[in-house]
Amino acid sequence: MQYLVSVINDTSDLATTDEMAAIDVFNEGLQAQGHWVFAGGLAAPGTATVIDNRGEAALFTDGPFVESKEYIVGFWVIEAADLDVALKLAAEGSKACNRKVEVRPFL
Amino acid sequence: MSRTDVPEAITEAHREEWARVVASLTRRFGDLDIAEEAAAEAFAAAVARWPADGVPPSPGAWLTTTANRKAIDRIRRENKRDDKQKEAQLLYDNDPPGPPGAIGDERLRLIFTCCHPALAMETRVALTLRMVAGLTVPEIARAFLVQETAMEKRITRAKAKIKAARIPYRVPSAEDLQARVSGVLAVLFLVFNEGYLATGSGTDPVRHDLTAEAIRLTRLIRALMPEDGEVAGLLALMLLTEARRTARVSASGALVTLAEQDRGTWDTALIAEGHQLVRERLAAAAAGIAPGRYQILAAINAVHTSAPDVRATDWSQILALYDQLARLDSSPIVALNRAIAVAELDGPQVGLAAIDRLEDELSGYHLYHATRADLLRRLGRNQKSREAYDKAIELAGNTAEVAYLTRRRDQLG
Repeated sequence: MQYLVSVINDTSDLATTDEMAAIDVFNEGLQAQGHWVFAGGLAAPGTATVIDNRGEAALFTDGPFVESKEYIVGFWVIEAADLDVALKLAAEGSKACNRKVEVRPFL
Repeated sequence: MSRTDVPEAITEAHREEWARVVASLTRRFGDLDIAEEAAAEAFAAAVARWPADGVPPSPGAWLTTTANRKAIDRIRRENKRDDKQKEAQLLYDNDPPGPPGAIGDERLRLIFTCCHPALAMETRVALTLRMVAGLTVPEIARAFLVQETAMEKRITRAKAKIKAARIPYRVPSAEDLQARVSGVLAVLFLVFNEGYLATGSGTDPVRHDLTAEAIRLTRLIRALMPEDGEVAGLLALMLLTEARRTARVSASGALVTLAEQDRGTWDTALIAEGHQLVRERLAAAAAGIAPGRYQILAAINAVHTSAPDVRATDWSQILALYDQLARLDSSPIVALNRAIAVAELDGPQVGLAAIDRLEDELSGYHLYHATRADLLRRLGRNQKSREAYDKAIELAGNTAEVAYLTRRRDQLG
């Protein structure tokens, strides 16, 4: 079972060196215990482009699809047996990156 | 068994067996939805057949067998449609079957799943009342004053989340158990309190159906986890509160405060049972097991219910218990109740000073104003008292409390 753990940023601050170091430790733990699937950090929402090609020609729009004070700044995809395991890992992840996180199951 | 006893037998089977049937089906088929539907169909079959066929020798076994058959029928029907998808949606469970006896009881898994922290509190309440207590969706909707369709949606969404997010169907591991048990107790306490202090202008002031259901569920958890002190504490707290239920509302529907209640109408059997539980926990505390908040609240209620009249109340012991509670729980509500004990011991002036310090946190809470109003009245400050009663009446949601506060205000003259 895979879960998306989204990291939610509610300030414009980037991760500090301490936070980056804690994230590295957390990532190593995920890999060692077989929970790691993928992870990544994202550039600011202002760098996003929205594409809609449902019509006749592709439409490109500058900016994120939803403007919000809180936005996703990074994510993990983890492998976990059930939600209890996923929540425990997400709680460790939240501590490591010093941000709120959201857990959402893959179908 | 005569035919006239059949409806009674069905009611009893529903009370005793519903959770067991749902739990064992959930375990077997890995799906709350199938379990709930099949259990409901099995009870409908009992209603249809027992009057003619007679009550089976083991109603529980009959219901489980019937429900299993209904579930298998449904799965066969659905498997014809979408085999693979059904397979993928089965609830996850990697636990070996537990040993027979308390902690291995299937019903505990059901309770912990329904009270999972990933579900919203109101959802946990609804799901627990449906799956564990066996209340129907219309009953639950009525109890919480929401539309039936909205309640149905809430329960359906919860079941879908449990399935999609793979909320496990098991008793939490030892390291998580305490936190998860207190989550379950919070759900039961909320059900009890909603019954005890029902809100809404059109509702009965005390919803006995809800208090009775909360007590029944807490008794069940107590039977399943007899070693847990907080479970015992919560059960004692509920019993000692429920014992005063009839004395608490007057014939005209107004709240009767503890001080004014006719203590002769208290339920002595419930009080005896509650006191027995409190004594059991006091013995545990004496052996060095620190009591949690429900045990302390139960002890406070035991002191109240031990006094033959209000003047005989041991307020110094109550204050000591509130001091103990305040160390566990720094909430302003605890501080407010502690201040009431202070007022009884050291006089209304001292109590009022303690309460006034809570204004910032509690100015939106009707009992803050009601307590102030009472102390101001005892100090002869009628104008200030009246203002506080007005504020309390404006904020109170329970009809009996409003009636009481209004009477008190109007007595100020």
